[in-house]
Amino acid sequence: MSMNTFPIIRVVTKLLIPYILLFALYVQFHGDYGPGGGFQAGVILAAALTLYGLVFGLEAAKRVAPPKLMQRLMALGVLIYAGTGVATMLMGGNFLDYNHLTHDVWPQVLPSGQHLGIFLVELGVGVTVTAVMTMIFYTFAGRQHIT
Amino acid sequence: MSLEQFLGLYNYWIVIFLMMTGFYIVISRGNLIRSIIGLNIFQTSVFLLYITMGKISGGTAPIIPPALAAAHSPHDEHTLDAHGEHALNGHSVDEPGAAAGEPIANGAAELAEHVEEIAEPVSAAVTIADGPIYSNPLPSVLMLTAIVVGIATTAVALALIVRIREDYGTIEEDEILAVDRRS
Amino acid sequence: MINEFTMIDVAILTLLAATAVTVARIRDLWAAIMFTGIYSFLSASWMLSLDAPDVAFTEAAVGAGIATVLFLCTLALTGKNEKRFPRFSPVPFLVVTITGAVLVYGTLDMPHFGDPDAPVHQYPSPSFVERSQDDMHGLPNVVTAVLASYRGYDTMGETAVIFTAGTAVILILRKEEDPDDKADGSEEEAA
Repeated sequence: MSMNTFPIIRVVTKLLIPYILLFALYVQFHGDYGPGGGFQAGVILAAALTLYGLVFGLEAAKRVAPPKLMQRLMALGVLIYAGTGVATMLMGGNFLDYNHLTHDVWPQVLPSGQHLGIFLVELGVGVTVTAVMTMIFYTFAGRQHIT
Repeated sequence: MSLEQFLGLYNYWIVIFLMMTGFYIVISRGNLIRSIIGLNIFQTSVFLLYITMGKISGGTAPIIPPALAAAHSPHDEHTLDAHGEHALNGHSVDEPGAAAGEPIANGAAELAEHVEEIAEPVSAAVTIADGPIYSNPLPSVLMLTAIVVGIATTAVALALIVRIREDYGTIEEDEILAVDRRS
Repeated sequence: MINEFTMIDVAILTLLAATAVTVARIRDLWAAIMFTGIYSFLSASWMLSLDAPDVAFTEAAVGAGIATVLFLCTLALTGKNEKRFPRFSPVPFLVVTITGAVLVYGTLDMPHFGDPDAPVHQYPSPSFVERSQDDMHGLPNVVTAVLASYRGYDTMGETAVIFTAGTAVILILRKEEDPDDKADGSEEEAA
């Protein structure tokens, strides 16, 4: 599926991908303040990887984001999400009750309970969505063509 | 039918039209990929229906500007009881019902809050004091997750289509059924 | 009543309807997939004009981006050959016309578009917009607050669904002899 023969597409893709990645990170970490969040950041990041795979070939994309790593990240995101819930339980609250992620862990740097909880949860969502979308693309693109 | 009513309901009608177009593609075409395209169109029209319902005319996106948020965030958490919240509500609505509800709400019982809810059915729910009107965030939230889950399930459907093609040699519904009958 | 917002609204909706009809009628499957991408992008623009930037983002990236790529991948794997179909099938058309008519009848007493008194805006009261100011210590984006905090369980379920779907795709389409998996297996045995 490689498009190595089209220099314009290659150059434009190389120019675009850093900004797509930057935008994805902005959407992820600025999601509490502007429009955005884990779901959006995840699909934008996966779209960047998909674009890279389409233009430079599947093997190149797999070197950037190895499938083995992606498979583990798929589960890791859900674990971060559920782990946040378990952490709030261990700190004496209900499951996913972020108010118990208290302010005094690292007061000047870490935000307050709700901010921290939402940040962690969105991070989990972002990781899972990125990994799942990328893995789905790898699986489809890696399938042998039959006629 | 007045123009106002037409414009008020136009969105719903287009959404229904899109929904039915998707439905038509699903039931009239035998190609499996085309059926999934139809389902996608149907699904997107449902997203549009929800988002339409969340809109309030003259409203803006439910993102509260930090300056405004700072002005409204409580400096002292202990003063923010039912009284404070009520002041926030009552400010935006000049309903006689709200005035009637006020002394009860000041009693700060949960029951009183319910009385107040019934007493003021107007848009108190979506305004903050004199600030801008915000559209309803709830439909956005529901659809946000639905879109991503939708693409995930679409991917599963497409994966199944690829497998069907490999085993049956076709993705036309009637040909697949014919192969099934022969075996 | 008719302002620039209404005009944008009507224009985008008309384009959406035209695109959907094209998808239904066009014979070439590849072109139909491309029109689906256009359809998604148009609906994303409409969502933006309806004050849902978060949803518009997602729809643009998912519908116009990833979904189109997945459809094209599937098309490459299954072949473009499609049986010729009639452009107009009377029986399905009759079915959707009747269903659509019933649904339109149902909209006649719906609250009008943009009506602040619509039932959907009355509950919960006080609304999430008001509540989030105190509960979230001034977090600006209410959509994120509702998504991750008020409806945290729900979102966790959705994340689990996405994870499950990803796993299902890998299981359905994994090649029997994948060199990656073999290397993986031997590693785990060694460990």
